[in-house]
Amino acid sequence: MHGIRNLHTTRGWVGFFVVAALLLVAVPVLNALPETSPLHVPDWLIPLAGKFCCYALVALAMDLIWGYTGILSLGHGVYFALGGYAMGMYLMRSMAGEGVYRSELPDFMVFLNWKELPWFWHGFEYFPFALLMALAVPGLLAFVFGWFAFRSRIKGVYFSIITQAMTFALMLLFFRNETGFGGNNGLTDFKRLLGFTLSEPSVRVALYWLTALVLLGVYLLARAIVRSRAGRVLTAIRDAESRVMFCGYEPLYYKLAIWTLSAVLCGLAGALYVPQVGIINPSELAPAQSIEMAVWVAVGGRGTLVGAVIGAASVNGLKSVFTAVAPEFWLYALGGLFVLVTLFLPEGLTGLFRRLRRTRAAEARA
Amino acid sequence: MNPVIPPVTPAGDALKGAQMLHDASEAPPKPPAAPREPLPADVRDRPVPDVSHGAILYLESVSVSFDGFKAINDLNLSIDDGELRCIIGPNGAGKTTMMDIITGKTRPDTGTVYFGQNVNLLELRESEIAQLGIGRKFQKPTVFQGHSVFENLELAMQADKRVRRALFARLSDEQRARIAGVLATIGLNGYERQLAGSLSHGQKQWLEIGMLLMQNPRLLLVDEPVAGMTEQETEQTAELLNSLAGKHSVVVVEHDMAFVRSIARKVTVLHEGHVLAEGTMDAIQSNPKVVEVYLGEGA
Repeated sequence: MHGIRNLHTTRGWVGFFVVAALLLVAVPVLNALPETSPLHVPDWLIPLAGKFCCYALVALAMDLIWGYTGILSLGHGVYFALGGYAMGMYLMRSMAGEGVYRSELPDFMVFLNWKELPWFWHGFEYFPFALLMALAVPGLLAFVFGWFAFRSRIKGVYFSIITQAMTFALMLLFFRNETGFGGNNGLTDFKRLLGFTLSEPSVRVALYWLTALVLLGVYLLARAIVRSRAGRVLTAIRDAESRVMFCGYEPLYYKLAIWTLSAVLCGLAGALYVPQVGIINPSELAPAQSIEMAVWVAVGGRGTLVGAVIGAASVNGLKSVFTAVAPEFWLYALGGLFVLVTLFLPEGLTGLFRRLRRTRAAEARA
Repeated sequence: MNPVIPPVTPAGDALKGAQMLHDASEAPPKPPAAPREPLPADVRDRPVPDVSHGAILYLESVSVSFDGFKAINDLNLSIDDGELRCIIGPNGAGKTTMMDIITGKTRPDTGTVYFGQNVNLLELRESEIAQLGIGRKFQKPTVFQGHSVFENLELAMQADKRVRRALFARLSDEQRARIAGVLATIGLNGYERQLAGSLSHGQKQWLEIGMLLMQNPRLLLVDEPVAGMTEQETEQTAELLNSLAGKHSVVVVEHDMAFVRSIARKVTVLHEGHVLAEGTMDAIQSNPKVVEVYLGEGA
């Protein structure tokens, strides 16, 4: 990787630091203003902003694999949910004895009349272990899945369908009570993270702040990857895989590496998401959820990284508005958005900005 | 914009030039191949083909069939080190399948394929075969459309191609000079920042040949290099390929007879997956079997 400074032009760095200042400084400061101030950021907006940062993280992971490498995953919800469940398991275990039933076991196990903790719940009382699992389980699953899929040279729509099938299968599995993750209610009613009370406003700000910091860091990491020679190999795989092979690169390892990294990043996003949203359940594994992730990237613009973040923020912003005003129309709006983008904005919002800037530059010259 | 015929000698090409074209029948046995040029430290361990008996590529009794159709039928072929060989044949003669077999894309049902006397190509994957120094140009120009001309050459360059190395790779001055040398050879000087996707058809063909050269190849397999080119571009391509022979072994598959005549020293005619005839262009054109095959096609 080249020097950090070369990741962006000077203008690009200015933009990056403006966004960083907005996310890391402006939001918490404005939240601290008295409620009567017109600039006050209300408390309820903080976890929402944190949630959006998690989605943006997922979108970055999607862009690496889809936008840059040309592999469309319609199952990234799996990795997000696994990361979320790992964190949820820690949060459940950290409040042992304080549930409704005052049992050492999580409430849903008491409810199911289970007498002891299933083996795979052991260790999750330790935060570092849970965090490790939030990254390692998605990474391992992605590695094994990717190894077989890429080695068999499964490509294009066939690959996408398999990923979609996997998320559906896992959803059915997690819906079952016997699987041991709380069935269709999932894991919820969390109280504390590392001793900090989750309902405390200052804890919420801290969680949001941490998520924004992770987002900015992952953005720089992703930028460093796509600007390296390995990143150019990824784009080359997207454009002409056979030529990549006959240049002496083994595409299998490149795909496997970026696919696994992408899954780990989704796991991280899921782990940050759950304490802020307060629940994780199998609906995160619904096929539509994973498709929505692809829509974020398509709307923002593929293969730009910035586009992924913009897409995740704008589509979810729209979703928040719709679910508040007219929830029954959201799915129509999402479908319509997808059709519009496909027909008129093949390069997404970033492509639109680029086109506008070019026209303006042309007009200025004329 | 003409492809400049090299006196261009990018880093260490001089030794390669020493392996001059020779006529197989008269050639004295060669001393074992010395490493031709100092390779970068991390690729020095690539196997070097043993060409002490003159040949760099052997195919022996190779057969492959697809759904019962024998695409290649008991094919025997040997290419000498430094030779420029043209392979012609009617459609469906198995020319492209033969290239697929050499480059590892297709595995033959029977037969052996050796690079030099010592490297069994049938045990290797596509990427490993490419790293040995066997470069392949496709029929349809295949370049990385989204990358600049410079980046196309950079990606093709011989180097350690593992993920971890590529993640931290930086171009040395020597490597930049090498890219500049190849840019001159293929006549794309001044185009290095242009996206490969925006080049003309002929320029893409040359860029692809340039990408092969960046691999430091021992053997170049070139599939229909002048298809769709203008007359002038065809001429320039002939010059380019002629200039490569001697330094590299070159196998050209082509339909264009005038073009084959302009570059060929030795021609192999494939028919129904089998070698029908082999010899100089004149000998081939007066060979009754060849005439029959081409007339039978409706010429």
